[in-house]
Amino acid sequence: MSITKLPTEIHGFDLIACGGLPEGRVTLVAGSSGSAKTVFGAQFLAAGVMVREEPGVLVTFEETPEDLRRNFRGLGWDIPAWEAQGKWAFVDVSPDPGEQPVFAGGYDLGALMARVQYAVKKVGARRLVLDALGAYFGQFPDQHTVRSELFRMTRALRSLGVTSLITAERGDEYGSVSRHGVEEFVSDNVIILRNVLDEEVRRRTLEILKFRGTDHLKGEWPFTIVPGRGIVAIPLAALELKQKSSDVRISSGNPDIDRMCGGGFFRDSIILVSGATGTGKTLLSTEFIAGGARAGDRSLLFAFEESREQLFRNAAGWGADFATLEAQGLLKVMCTYPESTTLEDTLILIKETVEEFKPDRIAVDSLSALERVAPVKSFREFVIGLTSAIKDKEVPALFTATTDSLLGGSSITEAHISTITDSIILLRYVELFGEIRRGMTVLKMRGSWHEKVIREFTIDGSGLHLGHPFRNVSGILSGVLSHAGAAAASSRIDDLFQDDPPRPPAH
Amino acid sequence: MDRYVLKLYITGLTSRSQRAVATLQRLCDAELSGQYELLVVDVLEQPELAEQDKVLATPTVIKEHPEPQRRIIGDLSDAARVLAALDLLASPTHAPVTEARVKEAD
Repeated sequence: MSITKLPTEIHGFDLIACGGLPEGRVTLVAGSSGSAKTVFGAQFLAAGVMVREEPGVLVTFEETPEDLRRNFRGLGWDIPAWEAQGKWAFVDVSPDPGEQPVFAGGYDLGALMARVQYAVKKVGARRLVLDALGAYFGQFPDQHTVRSELFRMTRALRSLGVTSLITAERGDEYGSVSRHGVEEFVSDNVIILRNVLDEEVRRRTLEILKFRGTDHLKGEWPFTIVPGRGIVAIPLAALELKQKSSDVRISSGNPDIDRMCGGGFFRDSIILVSGATGTGKTLLSTEFIAGGARAGDRSLLFAFEESREQLFRNAAGWGADFATLEAQGLLKVMCTYPESTTLEDTLILIKETVEEFKPDRIAVDSLSALERVAPVKSFREFVIGLTSAIKDKEVPALFTATTDSLLGGSSITEAHISTITDSIILLRYVELFGEIRRGMTVLKMRGSWHEKVIREFTIDGSGLHLGHPFRNVSGILSGVLSHAGAAAASSRIDDLFQDDPPRPPAH
Repeated sequence: MDRYVLKLYITGLTSRSQRAVATLQRLCDAELSGQYELLVVDVLEQPELAEQDKVLATPTVIKEHPEPQRRIIGDLSDAARVLAALDLLASPTHAPVTEARVKEAD
């Protein structure tokens, strides 16, 4: 008999689980304290009620139903209403704070089973959660009885026709599956939730250890808990590379740069602008937005380095009026301070804003600001998640990245993103005879001819202006300059530039 | 003496259930001289009562009256603990008699 899957409707989880939980079976969810086991269990039920009209039963061993009703209100779940509609039932097995019972002779857990069966029948439950078994072990002195009764119960659950989740506490993040060895009773399916401290940042991940007889994606997947939505898993590698490729060109907002790129950016491309601080990255993203607005494109700008006021003032200094664009609905600016949140939350915020605003262009200034708030692993996942999400929407996006050194060098951001991006533009300081100039080159332009030279550019009140290519200078990219030929001092500067290279015929 | 109100939860008519019912009735008859009410609840038939009283294990005896309320879990084979839990071993003079009776009952 093949195993069918029951979609949990927990955001992102069903992709990792290749469809959902094995239907009619028992799955163990193990995690350390604070790893969101209870949220996972409750969301399995809540999503069942909200999305699929499938009633559920929550057997609570630890927290009282009153506490749970109150706690989950914050996630937007109106459990009392569902109880009133007969879609949700609690079986309250939380410990009584009053006097401890006296044990006098042998016993079984017939009453617990009868109550669970009664609740399942009462609401016609398709989903069942037992949370959390550790507390249950503590209530009874005879561990042997508890184990054999638990084994009997998990067998009985299968005959009830419900898909069940059992949560259990584990001691270490990377040790035995659960503290009480519960897995031996429900060894068919095991999910592990982790909440690991990595470089002073908490990182939640989810791993399907096994689904007996059926498939799932392997490894740890980041997830986060979003107010109003609950657990949102981020199945990065599960995102398909199904993006169409467009050969429609759009303007970068700067005619000079359009020419360097062979006629502008592609409609669905991701462009990385990399350079040291002050080289003009924010200006490029500003022109990208202003140029879009001239063509009637709506832009979404995520700024992680500057405040709204600074951004608007800078833009005005280059002749772009962001306030008016916002008023016209052609621009939405989201300024957040990267340290105030986690990368997972930031990614979800970006995705949601993109869904909502449906922009024609997206600019992120700068990705590097996010780099410093998270471990490298998280940042890489974030970049992959972000680019996949944006590619999925088939809108052009311009990311900026800051290099560590003023002259030459590359950024960590580049290392993670360069293979994913379609175009890379490098901005560099060029020191020439005691003078700092700026140079720009198009390093990569997927699917198109582009200029291979490094051109000088200047910035003034009307924006960015490209000049001639540098000549007789090498090592600009690495930051280690050398000058070819020792020309006379008077003609030195002239020698630095050459005439424009030939262009391909216009199409 | 206060009238005792006891509730005994069992799961079906297993030998363990029947043993618990018989033991409790015998102890009550002997110690409470008929001054008690005993309600036997089969959780398979009335699971909603088990839910109300938050009963987990069977057999479970709940002493509802007199206060304080108390719970005894098990088939009641440990009679001395049952009597202690029901506050029927309160006076030292009373205790030996109980011991004797329990032995007799076994």
